[in-house]
Amino acid sequence: MYRYDEFDETIVRDRVRQFRGQVGRRLSGELTEEQFKPLRLMNGLYLQLHAYMLRVAVPYGTLSSKQLRQLGHIARKYDKGYGHFTTRQNIQYNWPALVDVPDILDDLADVEMHAIQTSGNCIRNVTSDQYAGASAEEIEDPRPWCEIIRQWSTFHPEFSYLPRKFKIAVTAAPHDRAAVKVHDIGLVIKKGADGRTGFEVIVGGGLGRTPYVGHTIRDFLPKEHLLSYLEAVMRVYNLQGRRDNIYKARIKILVNSEGVESFRAQVEDEWSKIKGSDIDLPREEIERIRRYFAPPPFETLSDASIAFDTARKADPEFDRWARINLAAHKQPGYAIVNISLKPYGKPPGDISDAQMEAVADIAERYSFDEIRATHEQNLVLPHVRKDDLYTVYKALRDVDLATANIGLVSDIIACPGLDYCDLANARSIPIAERISERFRAKGGEEEIGELKIKISGCINACGHHHVGHIGILGVDKKGEEFYQITLGGSGAEDASLGEIAGRGLSSDQVVDAVERLVDFYKDNRKDGERFLDAYRRMGHDAFKGVLYADAQA
Amino acid sequence: MPTLKLRNGFLAPAESFAETEITLEAFREGVRPEAGRFALVLPNDAGLEEVAATLDRFAAVVLQFPAFKDGRAYSQARLLRERYGYRGEIRARGDVLRDQILFMARAGFDGFEVGEEQAEAFTEALSEFAYFYQPAADAALPVWRRRAARAEAA
Repeated sequence: MYRYDEFDETIVRDRVRQFRGQVGRRLSGELTEEQFKPLRLMNGLYLQLHAYMLRVAVPYGTLSSKQLRQLGHIARKYDKGYGHFTTRQNIQYNWPALVDVPDILDDLADVEMHAIQTSGNCIRNVTSDQYAGASAEEIEDPRPWCEIIRQWSTFHPEFSYLPRKFKIAVTAAPHDRAAVKVHDIGLVIKKGADGRTGFEVIVGGGLGRTPYVGHTIRDFLPKEHLLSYLEAVMRVYNLQGRRDNIYKARIKILVNSEGVESFRAQVEDEWSKIKGSDIDLPREEIERIRRYFAPPPFETLSDASIAFDTARKADPEFDRWARINLAAHKQPGYAIVNISLKPYGKPPGDISDAQMEAVADIAERYSFDEIRATHEQNLVLPHVRKDDLYTVYKALRDVDLATANIGLVSDIIACPGLDYCDLANARSIPIAERISERFRAKGGEEEIGELKIKISGCINACGHHHVGHIGILGVDKKGEEFYQITLGGSGAEDASLGEIAGRGLSSDQVVDAVERLVDFYKDNRKDGERFLDAYRRMGHDAFKGVLYADAQA
Repeated sequence: MPTLKLRNGFLAPAESFAETEITLEAFREGVRPEAGRFALVLPNDAGLEEVAATLDRFAAVVLQFPAFKDGRAYSQARLLRERYGYRGEIRARGDVLRDQILFMARAGFDGFEVGEEQAEAFTEALSEFAYFYQPAADAALPVWRRRAARAEAA
């Protein structure tokens, strides 16, 4: 993975020093909270319902063991012993004291990490496929391009006060695990006609109050022009995006009000004037960054592992975990291990200091020192020998990290909701906890198959409910929490926005309603159909009828 | 409003002089600078093409920050410097704060309408970072050029 050189190191240390000064000015009273707010927001520091929250960037979701260990150390020393992985592959701490934040940033800088641009109206952490560099289906590893974008966008003088926040995701696989179509810019690495690689550029997707699936404005961008093209998109947005209403300020509103063709024409015109300038990196620098992402020294193994097969036969729980939580690796004899951070009845995405240290140790020994965070709030060990899988499984089980539910009904995305967030209308975490408890009691999750439930506590949609196969949106109705259901959304390559099913359900009704939807699907599915496929075949009304069956009685 | 001028990395109060400001409306009505010192004042939603051919007759272009969060003038400044080759003063007016001044300087601003008592703090803010990843309208080398130079020297 990428390692800082003296320039990267100096930039991050300079930022810590600058922020320490800003915090000092706040603590001395030189700055009011109002004056300090925009400064802390450039550094991922929010003021939540009960305390400050610090969001730390995990660039494109890649962590080393040393980094994850340090995140555990920070959780223990400065917080309440846990952290929370977010839907953009970052980690949040919910209880830091303001006076400690500069020290936390120094601790992060010690392991080449930071909180730069994890909030504010700037270009945020670039996200990517958690299987990057491990999946057989990708065209090439997308992470060098993510790192190139990270560097270019860091403290960009022109694009640090955009109309609104700006999120970029990159994938290189046909199966989209990075939700590129619901990002401000989604980049898909492709092979061109002449065999060279480039990018499909998708612009104007997003969730929030006004969800849109993005539009492709360029089918193929030669890769050496990535930064000049991004700069052209950003410049058009910075100059043309609305600033009179924060709910209409994202690029998706501009693209959809201008019309895709007009927006594309403006970008292409701007790009024609800047391409080939100093903005585009020369081949040597691209290669320098790419070398950091060279494959680890894999052993030459046969794909079958006797140790693995034997353990699966002997231990049915391991067998089940292996069926659900493993993914195919490009290298024979290796597997991708998913670590679920969705234990039944617990907040999605939370992880304790001790668990972070345990995962760091396991990764150091069994996964070439690498860990990935996923946008679905789980972790991944990208490169594990099949011979080691049973050992890894047992080590994970010892720290309660062997929940076998990846992609299943209890693998729920949920925003922090009213338990933490001052924007929320309703709680999200308890709904997630109760749904997962219900399906654990009921059993049969694996048989239900892939089903993505996503829960947001308000219309800002941090829990991605618009793209849940079943989406749940918390609303406030006369001081009571209600939940509106959307159906048929997807954030993957078959992206679609869920359709609202009708009036909201009470907190008591919502778990039963989800169960009825799932039962209806099971009773009516055809062979191999996922919930989403059955919904698309049978239509909205069929499912909607089931949703309210009980409430109407 | 007093103006701090940026020279060689330091901010100092600008020498006082009489200056005539020409607004975009006046410009559109045909007002053009003759003898003397003139500044063109542009709103931050103005395109630059209509004024491009006449820019060299202005000693300064004033760009506006109605609120520090409104960052359109950063793009205008870069375009003035990099696309239209404007060499005169680009002055920041409005919500001009210490914590944005480095971005402004990198985007091509070299005049800042703030009180003289701010000169020291603003100068300090200009030197908070030693390196920059991306090229902009200032003279700073992007980090990749520094890396290339170092690799060549090695």
